[in-house]
Amino acid sequence: MKNKKISGAEAVIHCLLNEGVDLVWGYPGGAIMPVYDEFYKFQDKLKHVLARHEQGAIHAAQGYARSSGRVGVAIATSGPGATNLVTGIADAQIDSTPVVCITGQVPSHLLGSDAFQETDIIGISMPVTKWNYQITKASEIPEIFAKAFYIAKSGRPGPVLIDITKDAQFELFEYDYKKCNGIRSYIPYPEVNDNSIDHAVKLINQAKKPLIVWGQGVILGNAEEEFKNFVEKSGIPAAWTILGLSALPTSHELNVGMVGMHGNYGPNVLTNKCDLLIAVGMRFDDRVTGDPSTYATQAKVIHLEIDPAEVDKNIKVDVPVIGNCKESLQMITNKIDKRSHKKWISKFDDLMKIEFDKVIKSDLSPNKKGLTMGESIIAINEFTNGDAIIVTDVGQHQMVACRYANFIKSKSNITSGGLGTMGFALPAAMGAKMGAMEREVVAVIGDGGYQMTIQELGTIFQLQIPVKIVILNNDFLGMVRQWQQLFFDKRYASTEMINPDFVTIAKGYYIDSERVNNRKDLKPAVERMIKSKKPYVLEVCVEKEDNVFPMIPSGASVSDIRLD
Amino acid sequence: MEKRKNYTVSVYTENNVGLLHRISAIFLKRHINIESFTTSESEIKNVYRFIIVVKMTKSGVERVIKQIEKQVEVIKAFYHRDDETIFQESALYKMKSSALFEERHIQNIIKDSNARIVTVNTEFFVIEKTGFREDTEKLYKDLAPFGLLQFTRSGRIAVSKEKMGISEILNTFKNQK
Repeated sequence: MKNKKISGAEAVIHCLLNEGVDLVWGYPGGAIMPVYDEFYKFQDKLKHVLARHEQGAIHAAQGYARSSGRVGVAIATSGPGATNLVTGIADAQIDSTPVVCITGQVPSHLLGSDAFQETDIIGISMPVTKWNYQITKASEIPEIFAKAFYIAKSGRPGPVLIDITKDAQFELFEYDYKKCNGIRSYIPYPEVNDNSIDHAVKLINQAKKPLIVWGQGVILGNAEEEFKNFVEKSGIPAAWTILGLSALPTSHELNVGMVGMHGNYGPNVLTNKCDLLIAVGMRFDDRVTGDPSTYATQAKVIHLEIDPAEVDKNIKVDVPVIGNCKESLQMITNKIDKRSHKKWISKFDDLMKIEFDKVIKSDLSPNKKGLTMGESIIAINEFTNGDAIIVTDVGQHQMVACRYANFIKSKSNITSGGLGTMGFALPAAMGAKMGAMEREVVAVIGDGGYQMTIQELGTIFQLQIPVKIVILNNDFLGMVRQWQQLFFDKRYASTEMINPDFVTIAKGYYIDSERVNNRKDLKPAVERMIKSKKPYVLEVCVEKEDNVFPMIPSGASVSDIRLD
Repeated sequence: MEKRKNYTVSVYTENNVGLLHRISAIFLKRHINIESFTTSESEIKNVYRFIIVVKMTKSGVERVIKQIEKQVEVIKAFYHRDDETIFQESALYKMKSSALFEERHIQNIIKDSNARIVTVNTEFFVIEKTGFREDTEKLYKDLAPFGLLQFTRSGRIAVSKEKMGISEILNTFKNQK
């Protein structure tokens, strides 16, 4: 390739190919047209999927990254194209998703002139990217792309944005690509300190009532196997954060459920009873800890974490174990005693019985007429054998799906956790499917979030991406309505929605669709949906005013979790 | 309640256009007011040094330091209490030249405060004073009654008493490669 001159735009394609990219999501426009011209020429090597909105493109890239473990790529033009990516970038930043965003920019001589579709996307995206860079010369392209991919996927992953002026896309230069494998000011994998391991091992061996809380770090570190070995040898009950879900199978005997605001009763209450809390690849989000001043104050805390900035950020830690948990977990497992904690685990069972009687029974086998979200999730479990990738949006359906969906394989739970982006699920599901074509992908979405990115049905139709879409429709913004009921004296301000006919809309996109109102029709409909080889929209009309419990009221202690 | 104190934050970085924004955004996001902010090339070629003065709690500044270090192009960040650094500020005072000749007292003020006259012309003259905030402030108070045309003060510049070891960090990387 050396000595032959190519354009910056063509170089972008070669960089992507050199990084092993075979699929990008995007939307064209003036300032990125030279690159699109190259997509046309290279379409047999690099697939470009046209989303229906740039937000759809970036969420799809996120879904793709989360299901495949690879870097997702989204591309957009300058100005509105770039700003439409921002929500997804912020989402990827807070959920540590590796994505590379490419935006076109006005020609460099027009920068700062308020030219047509000029926006300072570097300034706008700076606080929500792991790294960003504006390219004004074609010769910068290879090095910056190599750096971008390296930064996006290494250490704690995150979004990177590259803004390329239009003149740099046209400019000719000699292309030469070298992969990046280090930046002197950047330490993606801090070395695990042996003393911290010994200290952790000592605490684990002495603990009488230890509890593990794991997060997405286990998945991002490809440490599922090491984690399972650690859990099994230590015999310690393990609970998950929403983003950690699926790293350990749901049915594992030491999996004691979800922590946090709508998590399970046992792990939340017993967080404040354990004598040792072992946090693995999680960041003590406020939705997990409730009031931090009352969180596990009786316990010693060990924190296995790759990002030093997360240590002591929200919760004071006794033993930080900084580094990749894939490494540190193995080091700890090698040194700890094999133990079991039967009596302590029976406490989780006791609390699960209480939760079952007060919450789960009526969620899953309701004696009221209307369908519940819980029984819809159970039906999905039944026909997917708990082996599907479940993509959720934000709100009640998300909490219910995470509580009741079954998982066998890792990377199977894809949701907007940190940012809570409504509209995430539909585009993320099509991305997730393209990242794992062999797997069944079921998007579970509320009627509110569905309408925030409903236009992506167009993408799903055009490419015939066989995702299964379940709308849990309660004609309300359910989670906000629940808060209004509980904390605002039932003043339902702007939460009731008069919805369109979702089946007709799906049919307008030539997507198979049906609606279920009655219990007897639920399972057959779910079965038809799962058996279909094509995209499918199933609207399940559920009880309008159901609430999600258990619940830790905002700002309360985890042990003050309410069952009703 | 943890007490808020003055901290001098020193950040060593690569030479990058956007870093100033990235670093100031870390303070902005946490609603922390920056008292002063200066940047210049450091003792190492192409490595830049930011000196930021903030009033924060100790645990707050510790958290912010980690967020700054997390930025890809930041090599290392430190924080110090005032007694752990040697720091200075500079101030410039512009006055009418007539005052210098008509008010004999001004010359004494300049001499007593160890300030320096940078330039004099027929219209105005400029005094420079380097020292602690109290020193430049005292001079301001002393000169103000005679009429200041302009006054400006630089941000803090500081060096730490402890070693920073930036070259060692950069060498470690070179040796790993």
